Amino acid sequence: MATNQNQSPKQNSTEPKPCLSGRGLTKVFGVGKVQTVAVDHVDFDFNEGEIISIVGESGSGKTTLSKMLLGLISTTEGTIEYQGKPRDISTNAKKKEYWKNIQPIFQDPFSSYNIFYKIDAVLDDCLNMRGFKNLPEEQKIQMKTEACSFVNLKYAELTNKYPFELSGGQMQRLMIARIFLLKPKILMADEPTSMIDACSRATILDMLLKLRDEINMTIIFITHDIGLAYYISDKVYIMEHGKFVESGSAEDVIINPQADYTKRLISDVPKIYEKWDLDTVAN
Amino acid sequence: MKNTIKQVFHSGKFLFGFIIFMLILLTVIIYPIFVTADPLAMLGQGNFFKPGTYASIEESALSKSYTLQIPKEFSKLEAVLDIETRAEIQQFLINQAGVAESEIDVTDAEGLVSLWKANYDQNTKYAGLTTAKRKALKRLDNEITAAMKDSGVIIAEKDEEGNLKQSKVIKDTDYVNIKDVTTKTFVLGTDNFGRDVLTELVAATKSSLKIGLLAGLIATAIGLLLGLLAGYMGGLADNIIIFITNLFTVIPSFVILILISYSVGDSARGIAMVGIIIGITSWPWTTRSVRSQVISLRNRDHVNLSKLSGHSMFRIIFTDILPYIASYVVMAMILQISSGILAEAQLSMIGLGPATTKTATLGLMMQWAMQYSAHLNGSWWAYFPVVILIALISFSLNLMNTGLDQVFNPQLRD
Repeated sequence: MATNQNQSPKQNSTEPKPCLSGRGLTKVFGVGKVQTVAVDHVDFDFNEGEIISIVGESGSGKTTLSKMLLGLISTTEGTIEYQGKPRDISTNAKKKEYWKNIQPIFQDPFSSYNIFYKIDAVLDDCLNMRGFKNLPEEQKIQMKTEACSFVNLKYAELTNKYPFELSGGQMQRLMIARIFLLKPKILMADEPTSMIDACSRATILDMLLKLRDEINMTIIFITHDIGLAYYISDKVYIMEHGKFVESGSAEDVIINPQADYTKRLISDVPKIYEKWDLDTVAN
Repeated sequence: MKNTIKQVFHSGKFLFGFIIFMLILLTVIIYPIFVTADPLAMLGQGNFFKPGTYASIEESALSKSYTLQIPKEFSKLEAVLDIETRAEIQQFLINQAGVAESEIDVTDAEGLVSLWKANYDQNTKYAGLTTAKRKALKRLDNEITAAMKDSGVIIAEKDEEGNLKQSKVIKDTDYVNIKDVTTKTFVLGTDNFGRDVLTELVAATKSSLKIGLLAGLIATAIGLLLGLLAGYMGGLADNIIIFITNLFTVIPSFVILILISYSVGDSARGIAMVGIIIGITSWPWTTRSVRSQVISLRNRDHVNLSKLSGHSMFRIIFTDILPYIASYVVMAMILQISSGILAEAQLSMIGLGPATTKTATLGLMMQWAMQYSAHLNGSWWAYFPVVILIALISFSLNLMNTGLDQVFNPQLRD
C-alpha cells in the first residue's frame, strides 16, 4: 500500500505546469488585539495533474487555505494565480467561471447536502453548471447514471431518495459522482475520508485516484493523516501554525523528514502490533 | 414533512394549545351564523345589566295567568329591605328608639321589621332628624306595610275622566308561561352602552385575531427579510441592518407604538391601521434571531456547495437557508401574533387603539369597561370574560409554540 504507485505518467514525460500558485498568501481573522493569523505568508505551486497533500494538525490553517483557494473567503494578503494568471473573482460571473474549474469535497458528507432536496437536484445542478440544461431528459439521465455507476451507485435506486436516507460512505461517493459530472481542473478534497469508516475510506481514495486518471485533474488533498498523504500523493506540504514548514515529493518528506514537526507527525502514526507509548505521543 | 406534522400533533402541549385556539376560532366563525344581530346594537337603555334572561313586564302583566302554589324565592319584604335600607332602620332603632345594638340583627328581615313596627309611629315627631329624613322614614314605613300585605299588585287604568280604575289584580300566586311573553337572554349581561356582551365579545375576538395576524405577518415578514439579508450578506449590509435593529430595540417599542398611534390621528386608526402599526414596531427581535440563525447556517458545507454550484444569492437564501429556519420562523410568527393581540389590548386601554364605532376589539371592550367603572361597581361580566379570552388566546398560542419547539429541538423533549 505504501508504494508510490500513483505517479501520474504525464509528470515524467513533460515539464510540470503550475495550475494553482500562491505568493505570500495570508489570512488574518479578527481585528486589533484579537487577531488570529490562520494562514501566514505561504508560497506554493501546485502542478497540473498532481496529487498534493497538505498535512497538519487541527488548527494549522489547512481548511482556511482551502477556502481561500476555493474563493469562499477573501485573502488578507498575497495573490493566487490560476494557470499562470492572477485569479480574478471580482464579479459573480467571474466567480462562476472560476468555480467551473475548482470544486470541493468536504469533510462531513452529512452536512454537504441540503436535506430538503432529493439527490437528483445535486446532480442536476452539475449538469446545469456545465451548460447541459436543455439537453433531452434521456441524455441527462444517461449522464447521471454513468456518474453514479462510476462510484458504484445505482442511479435508479437513488433518484427518489433524500440525502439522509444514504449512509455516510454512499453520500461521499455521490460527492465524487458530482465531481465526475463537473469535471473540474482542480479538486479540493478537505479530509474527505475522516468521517468515514476504514472500509469505505479505501474505496473512496481509490475512486479519487481513478477519477484523477480519467480526467487528469489536480487533487489538493487536505488531511491530518500523514500515512494517508504518503499513500496517495505526489507532493506533500507540511503545515504548522499557518506556515509550510516542509514540502517536497512524498518520498522525500516522509522517508527523510527535515523539520521537527514532520518527524513528530510521522512518529504519531499508530502502528498495528506496536504498543502505544502514550507518554511519547502526548509529548 | 408528513412525518413532522405527525410528530407535531403527537406533542401534547401543541395539541392542547391547538384545540383551545381552534375552539376560539370556530366560535368566532360559527357564532355569527346563528346570531346575525349587529354586535354593537345598543339594546339596553342603561349601563351594565346583569347576565340573565329579561322578560317583558307589560306582557307578563297582561298575558294569561296561571295560579301555582309553589314556594317562591322572591320575597317582597326582602326586595324592599336592601342593605342601605337595613342600615337606615338600624340607625333609627339605635338613635331614636333607643333599642340596644345587640338586639338588632340586620340579616334577619322578619325580626328587623317587627322591631320597626314596635318602635316606629308615623305620627311621632322624632328628635334629631331632618324633615327630609322624617319623610323618607314615613315612605319606608308605607313600603314595608305594603310589602307585608298579601293582596298582590293592583293594575289600574285611567278612565275618560282621568280617574284611576282598577283593571287587574296580580296575586302572589299568579304565574305566566315564559313562552307567552317576549324574553331576551344576555348570557354575559350588557355593557356600558347596553350592548350584548357575548355577541360583542365574539365580534371583538374576531377583530383582535385579525389585528394579531396582520401584525404578526408584517413583523415576521420584515424581520425575516432583514434577518436573512443581514445574516447572509454580512459586512456592511449586516452592520447597517443591525444598527437600525438595535436602534429599534433600544427605544421601547411601546413608546414608538404610542407615538405612531397618536400621530396617525383618530380618523385613520382602523383595525388594519392598528395591525400595521403594531407590525412595524415589533420586528426587531425577529430580525435579530433570524440573523443569528442564518449566520450559523451560512458557513455550512451545503451552502458552500450551493455557492460553488453557481447559484445566486437569492436562490441560496430561499432554497438552502430558509427551509432550515422555516420551523423557527413559524414559531416566531406564532409569538408575534400573540404579542400583537396583547399590544392591541394595551394600546386600546390607553385610548390609542382602533378609533371605531363599527367594530369592537378585546382592548376596546376593556377600555369601555374601565371608563364606565365596571370594575368599581361590580359589573364583572363587562371585563372578566375579555380578560379570560385574551389570556386563553395568548396561552394557546404560546402552548403551540412550546409544543413546536419541543418537536423541532429534540433536546427540549422531556
